[in-house]
Amino acid sequence: MGIVSTAVQTQGSAPQEPVVRDRADVRRQVKLVVVMAITTLLLLYFALSIDDPTVQYVLGERVSREFPPKDLAAGPVVWISFAVAAVALVLAVLNKVPKGWLGVLVYLAAGLAFYAGFIVWAYADQGEGFQAAIANPLPGTIEIATPLILGALAGVMCERAGVINIAIEGQFLMGAFFAAVFASLAFSAYMGLLGAVLAGVGLAALLALFSLRYLVNQVVLGVVLIALASGLTAFLLSQIPSDPEIRQYLNEPPRLEELPIPVLSDLPVVGQALFNQTLLVYLMYLSVAVVTFVLFQTRWGLRVRSVGEHPKAADTVGIKVNRVRWQAVLFGGVFAGLGGAYYTVGSTGSFDRDLSSGNGFIALAALIMGRWHPVGATFAALFFGFMWNLQSQLAFVDKIPGQLLGATPYLATIIAVAGFVGRVRPPAADGEPYVKS
Amino acid sequence: MELEMRGLTKRFGSFTANDDISLTIEPGEIHCLLGDNGAGKNKLMNMLYGLLEPTAGEVRLDGEPVTFATPGDAIEAGIGMVHQHFMLVPVFTVAENVMLGREQTRGLGVLDREKAAALVRELSERYRLAVDPHALVEDLPVGVQQRVEIIKALANEAKVLILDEPTAVLTPQEIDELMDIMRSLKEQGTSIVFITHKLREVKAIGDRITVIRRGKVVGTAPPSTSETELAEMMVGRAVKLTVDKEPARPGDVVMEAKDVTVIDPRGHTVVKGVSFEARAGEVLGIAGVQGNGQTELIKSLLGVIRPDAGRILVDGQDISAHGPRESLETGIGYIPEDRSHDGYVGAFTVRENLVLDLYRNDEFSKGFALRLDNIAKNAAARIEEFDIRTEDMDTPVSSLSGGNQQKVVVARELSRPLKVLVASQPTRGVDVGSIEFIHKRIITERDQGTAVVIVSTELDEIFALADRIAVMYDGRIVGIVSPDIAREDIGLMMAGAVGPADVAKEGTDA
Amino acid sequence: MPEQTKPEGAGLPEDQPVRPEDKADVRSPASWLPTVKVTAAAFLLALVVGAFLIVFSDQQTIESLGYFFDYPWDFFRYAGEAIYQSYWALLTGAVGSGRAISQTLERAAPLICAGLGVSLAFRTGLFNIGAQGQLLIGTILAGYVGFTWSMPPGLHLLVALIAGVLGGAAWGAISGLLKAKTGAHEVITTIMLNYVATSLLLYLLTKNAFQRPGSDNPRSLPAEESALFPSIGTTHTGVILAVIAAVGVWWLLERSTIGFEMRAVGANADAAATAGMSVGRAYTLAMLIAGALAGLAATMQILGRNDSLTANVAGSIGFDAITVALLGRATPLGTVLAGLLFGALAAGGIQMQASEAATPVSLTLVLQALIVLFVAAPALVRGVMRMKDTGGGATVMAKGWGS
Repeated sequence: MGIVSTAVQTQGSAPQEPVVRDRADVRRQVKLVVVMAITTLLLLYFALSIDDPTVQYVLGERVSREFPPKDLAAGPVVWISFAVAAVALVLAVLNKVPKGWLGVLVYLAAGLAFYAGFIVWAYADQGEGFQAAIANPLPGTIEIATPLILGALAGVMCERAGVINIAIEGQFLMGAFFAAVFASLAFSAYMGLLGAVLAGVGLAALLALFSLRYLVNQVVLGVVLIALASGLTAFLLSQIPSDPEIRQYLNEPPRLEELPIPVLSDLPVVGQALFNQTLLVYLMYLSVAVVTFVLFQTRWGLRVRSVGEHPKAADTVGIKVNRVRWQAVLFGGVFAGLGGAYYTVGSTGSFDRDLSSGNGFIALAALIMGRWHPVGATFAALFFGFMWNLQSQLAFVDKIPGQLLGATPYLATIIAVAGFVGRVRPPAADGEPYVKS
Repeated sequence: MELEMRGLTKRFGSFTANDDISLTIEPGEIHCLLGDNGAGKNKLMNMLYGLLEPTAGEVRLDGEPVTFATPGDAIEAGIGMVHQHFMLVPVFTVAENVMLGREQTRGLGVLDREKAAALVRELSERYRLAVDPHALVEDLPVGVQQRVEIIKALANEAKVLILDEPTAVLTPQEIDELMDIMRSLKEQGTSIVFITHKLREVKAIGDRITVIRRGKVVGTAPPSTSETELAEMMVGRAVKLTVDKEPARPGDVVMEAKDVTVIDPRGHTVVKGVSFEARAGEVLGIAGVQGNGQTELIKSLLGVIRPDAGRILVDGQDISAHGPRESLETGIGYIPEDRSHDGYVGAFTVRENLVLDLYRNDEFSKGFALRLDNIAKNAAARIEEFDIRTEDMDTPVSSLSGGNQQKVVVARELSRPLKVLVASQPTRGVDVGSIEFIHKRIITERDQGTAVVIVSTELDEIFALADRIAVMYDGRIVGIVSPDIAREDIGLMMAGAVGPADVAKEGTDA
Repeated sequence: MPEQTKPEGAGLPEDQPVRPEDKADVRSPASWLPTVKVTAAAFLLALVVGAFLIVFSDQQTIESLGYFFDYPWDFFRYAGEAIYQSYWALLTGAVGSGRAISQTLERAAPLICAGLGVSLAFRTGLFNIGAQGQLLIGTILAGYVGFTWSMPPGLHLLVALIAGVLGGAAWGAISGLLKAKTGAHEVITTIMLNYVATSLLLYLLTKNAFQRPGSDNPRSLPAEESALFPSIGTTHTGVILAVIAAVGVWWLLERSTIGFEMRAVGANADAAATAGMSVGRAYTLAMLIAGALAGLAATMQILGRNDSLTANVAGSIGFDAITVALLGRATPLGTVLAGLLFGALAAGGIQMQASEAATPVSLTLVLQALIVLFVAAPALVRGVMRMKDTGGGATVMAKGWGS
């Protein structure tokens, strides 16, 4: 017949729950052990294969009068690194790696240990002749990462609102070109930044128009806008006469100067790297802060995110979905344009065909790796900048052939993505135009 | 506030979803809108709420005509809506969801999360809807999410509250609580429009019941009207409210679950050591409110997710490590809970979907090449056998109605010999005619000797089909009972009010 | 315990009859017509925008603007001349002579092959941005076999061909496997692998095995005669392979079990998995075949046009292939037609630059982009041309970031 009793029971005794480990958890541990094991073994190899244990290092970006080279005993460094990695390995095997912040510290320590060991090994045993010194990686990292971060921030704004932006590379190109032109015309690099912003926003307007008004598939649109920007800038470049008299007005822009910040730029190690940079870099710092704050602490930011995750829900509370999307895309255009400016007024000066050489795609990769979060994307871009800088510095040391070295940042990114980032979840409504039915 | 609809019509091209609907909602009444799946009640409410533009007709509030271009206008006019499919952003907190659209700020547009949380707590107390303002919506059980939906609507001081199919995710007890809330709102002067297709509920709570069928108002009835009469108004013909079936003749145990445990990606144990047996020729119904582990349990039976502990046996063979392909080949048929997500490929045609998990058979492919002629023949046969209403076999399944989409899935699974049929929410979002058909076919399958496992949140369906009922709560089976059990009793089990130590004796005789 | 009510299906959850607008516009010719009309109009619109660019890049025309209000006809005359010369050169350079057609075909062939690869990946729900890298690896292997080994004519070609295809396939498979096993997003891995392939090529070009004997330049020998595609007239027969590949891809997608799985995974990976299909296997296979097709494209360059290995051997074929696939709506036939169009533009563009109007080749790039843009925005074209909205099917292509 039915139940024995209908009396409401208070908490019945729960049966002894067997402690079952999530299958995915086991897999994670295995991956961690493998990675730590490889790290430790490599460090052991590094430690054992160093013959001459003295290397030189310099606190600045390169050897100069301000930064003389100093000696460093390589042996102890590598052995300590090995020890740190071994400890991490043991923790991983015993599944005792702490969760949360402490765990992150452990990973960071292991990573730093590997870096230290590797770099010392790479710079050791350089033989006769010119001795390259281990240089401060920070200044180069920041410089290279600046456009990547700006581009990624543009991507964050667009995609958090639900509009896929593959066209960052196109915005870079337009930004670079118009920065050069504006700066040349006005004889001011800062005017160039204005031109870059206008160009970035302009292409963003095209992105918004075609994706939100004409409902073009956003992936197609992104690729097309890159092709358009590439072709258009090449075309306009070819229209600039080679006559230097005229050329100086159009494509010979003054470059941004370094502006040291009074007290902060005197800090050891980080001072010069972080606080003696161009305005563009300072704008980049500001941008990261602004985007993070706006997106997570303001009303507009909440609406932007709602529109990217669940536009129907936003609509039902009266938010105008497409208007918010337009705003977000245009706002993002500012950063992408600035990122493009880096390639002309921020570094080399004149515009050349396809000057950003695909870095817009790296910014895109940083966006995905950073899981569509401004801070995450910033770290991903910094990681990339760091690897790139490392690779270009190691080129001075003959241990690994230059061309293969050039592949390391990309290989590192693949390893990072395959091993550590795994499946990423974009904003739920990313790429879907909102159409009221 | 009196809400009047005059001649509201909505057309999509040549199709009329709502035809000249005239209806008045009196102030302070609970007005039920009763209609089958597909009758057009949802589109009507969307027009009221500013989500759809009427093709013709007007809406009047207290005699004054109003137009709502967007939901914002409707909200300002005092209309609130609790949607059937929650309009909550999963990655936001409760407070963020409630404040969306009318955010509390601290100047310069900076969010004031404390004030928002305080408002949520205040509303929560006033209406006895307990929620934690800082919880992430995606972490909340479905019943709690619904409370958030309701609070969201109430936060805007609605004078007319529209509730769209709110009871699908509630236990019988929670439904009673909801009705208490509705009554207290009514006392405070709020009018309520309660949309549903469940006869029991409209009789319990409605002051007046308007029946809608195929976009037209059929009539308005008092709650004293009999269920049979209401059903006939809803469908247009006499409806059998029960399924005719012979008593079951259970045979050997075909499928066995032993201590199955599943842990979700976030580390919560959602299925806690579940064991049951399914016998040939018998329907085992698994009852329970959505979100108590049924979904994960069923998925682990098929092999879509792998159980973290425990075993699943079919005919004695351990299939715990099998993926979906091997499970299907072992003779399991699977009708998934969310058909558009897991059941069919919307962009594929009817004929392609009918062989979605069969194309590997010799009948439909030779080596790497598909046998298109056989696939077509199969499609023609199934369409006829299952009365699938479609233009032709090359229509994409996404353009079929919900009932016909489900029939495609059912047709596919039942088109081969099965040992076990596992069906999850087999008639969700399906019209009455198709429901009758699907239920009949399930019983036919049972009578052919297949073991059938049905998971449903609709108690009526469980009672109609099951020969034995297992009740799930909080990842465990709290009891296995016979269908003779009283509704209140099973409701208590579904709410977890009866602990596992109190597992009832198995139903002895039917 | 935590679960959310999943939203109802993408279809009409209520009992409603089929709406004519929802039917796929595939079978009857009457339903193609609007698409053809819109495509033609898109083309026209692009040419109009291109005309503006031509006008403002022409020296004479700009000058005549200076005295426009005194004698406006000069402006229109020069403008008209510039436009006419440019587009005429474009046309004749593409199809105006046997030689032109041969150029068009030879430029189209690799675009078609690589484009087929990108299309196939799209249909499986993957964004293959890596055609460039896959192509480069193909050139490396095909080139190496071509200029290092000595074999009798037919055999040499065959082996070099297989080497190129295998190289591309392997490179593509890496991304596919990574996605299948680790969930690594293919956009990232393919872009990264592009760069790695470039680095690899640059590195190999510093090795003696790849350099010309007696020279240190990063430039290899071209493949030996015995490894080249035989020619018909001035066109190498590799072009025929491109067509065969298109037919092959069509058969794979529409008539085979593997293609069935790929399309299912691309349209709804969850339903495909529930139906017992291996999503990982579909991803890996799709990227492998896509890479193989890119490798085939590589052989067009190395064994057809007999290019040497240089840093720039792949040009921008990899990237253009993406645009070709998109224009072709990720279908085999569409890809072939789009590839032919782009090949024509490339061949004609060179003539255009050499013509009197001296319009730079980069205009063809702008034209290409505009054509794809306008074709993808039928609403815009219809609006501009004041055409009626008679519906038009949407492509089954990856819409968002995929899984």
